[in-house]
Amino acid sequence: MLLQYSYSIFPLGDSAITIDFGNKVDEEINKAVLDLFQTFKSKPLYGMIEAIPAYSSLSIYYDPSRFKKNILRGKTIQEYVIDETEIFLEQQTSIVVPESRIVKIPVCYDDEFGVDLNKVAKATGVDKNEIIQLHQERSYRVYMLGFLPGFSYMGKIDERIAMPRKAQPEAVVPGSVAIVGQQTGIYPLASPGGWHIIGRTPLKLFDPNTENLTLLNAGDTVTFHPITKEEFFNLLA
Amino acid sequence: MSIRIIKAGVLDSLQDMGRYGWQYLGINPTGAMDKFSSKVANMLVGNDPDEATMEIHFPASIFLFEQTAMIALEGADFFASVNGEPIPSSHPCIVNKNTLLQLQQPSNGARTYLSVKGGFATEEWLGSYSTNLKAGVGGYNGRSLRKNDQVFFRKKNDFSSLLGEKDFMILPWHTDLKWEEDEEKEIFVLPGHEWERLTKRSKDNFLSTSFMITRQSDRMGYRLNNIPLEMISEEEMVSSAVSFGTIQLLPDGRLIILMADHQTAGGYPRVAHIITAHHFKAAQLKAGDEIYFRMTDQRTAEELLMRQQQHLLQLQNACSFKLEEFFNQ
Repeated sequence: MLLQYSYSIFPLGDSAITIDFGNKVDEEINKAVLDLFQTFKSKPLYGMIEAIPAYSSLSIYYDPSRFKKNILRGKTIQEYVIDETEIFLEQQTSIVVPESRIVKIPVCYDDEFGVDLNKVAKATGVDKNEIIQLHQERSYRVYMLGFLPGFSYMGKIDERIAMPRKAQPEAVVPGSVAIVGQQTGIYPLASPGGWHIIGRTPLKLFDPNTENLTLLNAGDTVTFHPITKEEFFNLLA
Repeated sequence: MSIRIIKAGVLDSLQDMGRYGWQYLGINPTGAMDKFSSKVANMLVGNDPDEATMEIHFPASIFLFEQTAMIALEGADFFASVNGEPIPSSHPCIVNKNTLLQLQQPSNGARTYLSVKGGFATEEWLGSYSTNLKAGVGGYNGRSLRKNDQVFFRKKNDFSSLLGEKDFMILPWHTDLKWEEDEEKEIFVLPGHEWERLTKRSKDNFLSTSFMITRQSDRMGYRLNNIPLEMISEEEMVSSAVSFGTIQLLPDGRLIILMADHQTAGGYPRVAHIITAHHFKAAQLKAGDEIYFRMTDQRTAEELLMRQQQHLLQLQNACSFKLEEFFNQ
């Protein structure tokens, strides 16, 4: 069933490969990627160090020192790994859609926290309150985590509030809820950021002292709901 | 049992071979920039090569040994001295209690690695002792070292009987296996997935010109000051995994080489990848240095890596033998 999606496998440097299903933000393809990721997690390929799922690709880091000449039969280690991966993919029949959780995220969209709201309103011609309404009225899929520990790439947001990246990244406070293009995300840590900040959540997106480490996982469904400043500070504790 | 920071360096942190297995959560691997030198530093004192070492930049910290220790420095030569007397890098060395280790500006290279026999006792997080500076976890309290920090050793080694009144003792063997010995200035690369999208002129440019490492360079990546490169087609890419040594093309046409603190994924075109066997060469470049790229193939990349690993193994065996001999005398 996985093979209903066409894919290619290409090198990512000399010690990793990427299984690519195309340059797409597509929920069904993303589900296939996550399914494949879970499969590799529970049954790693020989020599695999880790697998990294993204929007529409899955990369595999492997340890070249694990492969002895006698099994290679003249192939490079990478050719061997690609061949083994293809064989494995051909054997995959059904997609086990991992259980998806629904996570509700409280957001304070106050001007003090949504520092770019006015800019977004000006650029899109959409009224500030409408931006907030459009952001919190739909649910979003977490496509992948990356960029920072616990940073979730979520989509897809309403086209009317699509914004390009900032030309220059600006300092961002942890918990900042942001948008760019078709995506929305939450900065888990202080960082320079190129996305537009429209609010802030008191929740911790990344906590190294917890077992789960991150609040969100790829495959989760996320909704946002507005809270007041008072509620924000209460929840922050 | 410890080393104390008397004066803080600009960026000294504990690093090992990196934290793998968690990139799916956006947790970037970090680890030593020059993993080769870190391994050699460990081997010289008989440690597991993957043990955490102190990655040191210039200006470096001033260190006080609160206990005798066997140490080694490997990487760029920082003209180290113990209580004012020079000690060579690439040699194991025993230092006495209450001695000061000072380092100067290297004439060549960017960073050096300090190992201690038995290893440093530091914070492990998700199977690695590397400091994740961004997340603030791992290594020494998740940050670079500051004045008065006390970094403990995992083992108490008492070498006072060997030293007597001496401040230090240099052990009579060393390794020639170092990054500086590599004559080839060029850094080998393999084409990235988006290499073919570069215009012919840009491809030629990439392979025939040298580029300078700008000051906007750090553990996360090196920004190069190349003439802007161009793509045949501009296509926005969705984010996908990248790795140490991946060379990306930024919107302004400039290149960035991803290094140890690289993010797990990115959406910029991947023009090329530095081969693993040459990561250590790239790691010893600093702002102002020139970098030259040469395209190679996968087979060569694998052979060079294997050869490097074999040399390291030979070195490890030689060091174990020498150390055993030394302690049995």
